[in-house]
Amino acid sequence: MSTTSLLVIAILILATLGYFLASKRAISTAGGDRRKLHSLPVYYGSNAAMFTAIPALGVLLIWLLAQPMLVERNVLSTIPDKLITEGSSIGLVMSDVRRVADGLEVVVSTGTLSQNETLKLDTEQTDIRALLAGVGAAVGSDVLPEMLEVAQNYRAQTKMGQLWMVLSIAPLALIGFALSVLAAKPTFRARNTVERGILALLVLAASLAILTTICIVFSMLFESINFFKLHPWTDFFFGGSWAPNFRGDSDLSILPLLWGTIYISIIALIVAVPVGLFAAIYLSEYAGPRVRAFAKPLLEILAGIPTIVYGLFALVTVGPALVRVFGRGEEGLLGVEWMSGATAVLTAGLVMGIMLIPFVSSLSDDIINAVPQSLRDGSLGLGATPSETIRQVVLPAALPGIVGAVLLAASRAIGETMIVVLGAGAIAKFSANPLEAMTTITTRIVSQLTGDTDFASPETLVAFALGLTLFVLTLGLNVIALYIVRKYREQYD
Amino acid sequence: MNDKNIMESHMGTTAIKISARDVQVYYGDNHAIKDVSIDIEDKTVTAFIGPSGCGKSTFLRCLNRMNDTIDICKVTGSIRIDDEDIYDRRVDPVQLRAKVGMVFQKPNPFPKSIYDNVAYGPRIHGLAQNKADLDDIVERALRRGAIWNEVKDRLQSPGIGLSGGQQQRLCIARAVATEPEVLLMDEPCSALDPIATAQVEELIDELRQSFSVVIVTHSMQQAARVSQKTAFFHLGNMVEYGETGQIFTTPQDPRTESYITGRIG
Ligand SMILES: Nc1ncnc2c1ncn2[C@@H]1O[C@H](COP(=O)(O)OP(=O)(O)O)[C@@H](O)[C@H]1O
Ligand SMILES: [Mg+2]
Repeated sequence: MSTTSLLVIAILILATLGYFLASKRAISTAGGDRRKLHSLPVYYGSNAAMFTAIPALGVLLIWLLAQPMLVERNVLSTIPDKLITEGSSIGLVMSDVRRVADGLEVVVSTGTLSQNETLKLDTEQTDIRALLAGVGAAVGSDVLPEMLEVAQNYRAQTKMGQLWMVLSIAPLALIGFALSVLAAKPTFRARNTVERGILALLVLAASLAILTTICIVFSMLFESINFFKLHPWTDFFFGGSWAPNFRGDSDLSILPLLWGTIYISIIALIVAVPVGLFAAIYLSEYAGPRVRAFAKPLLEILAGIPTIVYGLFALVTVGPALVRVFGRGEEGLLGVEWMSGATAVLTAGLVMGIMLIPFVSSLSDDIINAVPQSLRDGSLGLGATPSETIRQVVLPAALPGIVGAVLLAASRAIGETMIVVLGAGAIAKFSANPLEAMTTITTRIVSQLTGDTDFASPETLVAFALGLTLFVLTLGLNVIALYIVRKYREQYD
Repeated sequence: MNDKNIMESHMGTTAIKISARDVQVYYGDNHAIKDVSIDIEDKTVTAFIGPSGCGKSTFLRCLNRMNDTIDICKVTGSIRIDDEDIYDRRVDPVQLRAKVGMVFQKPNPFPKSIYDNVAYGPRIHGLAQNKADLDDIVERALRRGAIWNEVKDRLQSPGIGLSGGQQQRLCIARAVATEPEVLLMDEPCSALDPIATAQVEELIDELRQSFSVVIVTHSMQQAARVSQKTAFFHLGNMVEYGETGQIFTTPQDPRTESYITGRIG
């Protein structure tokens, strides 16, 4: 078992021990009378467990993240130039070093050789590549003496680091343990401390979510900056064509892709907004309780279907059906030859619209339900019919919220990937014909990053610039939508 | 005041506007109105009083079939307005509600301009020949709602922007604009301050000239001030019905007496 897992287990045992000792001690210092304690014994115990485990585990986590980086930096400078052959790089050599060092650790742990024997290994006498292969660690080439030396250095530093880790973390856990057990006295406000601990945990969770988002944005941003160093931004934002060419000299303009994205999204909204809205009106205003109990969950299930399934539906059902209507010349239903392939803007737009129906209807349903019953009563009480009431009172009152819902749906449509990958085609162009294949930002990101990719060429890096633009677009739409929806909620709260 | 009411109702017409017989209302299994029979006179203010939950609103909502909008609600018995059974299958509840207007507990102006709020009913029912006609109807309704002077310069501003008392008078004007014959009011003053309440009460007294007004109230003083006839409800029964003055001075039923002396509430 590795040092780290032993350390973790030891800390957890100590924490459990602290839990019992502290609660015992709290009761005994109170002379066995629980009512004299400030908090329940459970809180004294939890407080001790918390102070034993959390600082120690926290430092351990940071140590585990930081140590490999530090060791690697030290070792990197000792790699002799001789190891860096033609077509290789220092990064590749470093990963070989790591593989050899880790392999040797495995050799020790499986008992093939002892720790001392691995330290005395010599490339002249043993075939280290074969030795490592024997324990399942594959190294790309024969291990040179210099390589072995660096790897041994790496191992030594890692060992040293682990020693220091144990030496610093174990006392930390012990100090936490001792202090918190000693503190378990009737006057100590363990309950409040635990409360603060829980608060800290919740704050940590919330900030992790936000921090990762920020990290994602920054990584996109850096890659995008790299892209713009290699490719003129004027071509990206204002150029007219998309023609990536892996031999270089590509046209990489977002505009044709943006056009495809927006065109497909508009068709999707034309399908989804009326149908979704009417469904919501029926469900919230007309349907009886039994229909509602049955239809609402059904719609929500529809919202949970993975989009790839919709994509398949586009590919095998909707696309061919459209071709039967608009294509095939004399054999087609209309006898026209307007559509040649199943992938088209209309195919993707229709299916995406179907995907968005439950989304629009469940949001609109919530919004329509938020319109106070008193307004409906007022209108009905004046002798208006239900549909007059809906058209003239409920919908105008719900309009801002519905606009917000539509914007949210639009931002989903813009970011949707699987349906357009399968249904829209791969040709980037400006065309107003919905029966032609077109392509979107998301599909191009997928295609630029699949297959063999070289993360230094503009043809690959353009994916990040596309992703960032998409992110900014959808973020903007979401912000506006949420603002409108929130404004609307306030109106009736 | 009571003396005056008694005198007036003795002198006034006694034409029966609404006549209810053996009305039962069920919400699912909850028997909310039991065997209520009542004759409500034209051009009279009739007050429904009683402890909360006794079914006043429920019975009021039977009179314009607003209970139809509640799925689980079932009404039996007969209710006739101008000798026509309003629960007859040939009667269109939508048409009925135009004839029997309603004002609710909480002011509920639509999210529209003041003008459009009042014009709502006339537009739906096609009461106006042209724009000038509609302007006229709106102005007359607002005047009868005793709010014309306060809003005549801002007819296009939203109704929501008015104060609570103004909103309630706007809702009364809105109900009046459809030219109903009966006006039902469910605790119209319970969300209003005393000054606004006084204005609305004054208005109710004027409305009596043209309508039969039925008002639900939890305030006995209010019932005494505005009504000529009072019905006392208790646990779904109508316990006592008579001249307002008589109900408040010499109630016949011990339950009525307990209620108006504040022993049950
Ligand atoms: N929409 C409804 N659904 C079910 N029960 C209702 C509903 N409205 C009122 N009730 C029930 O009917 C009874 C009478 O209520 P209500 O007419 O509102 O009394 P009041 O207006 O006199 O306070 C109460 O028991 C109440 O719980
Ligand atoms: Mg009520």
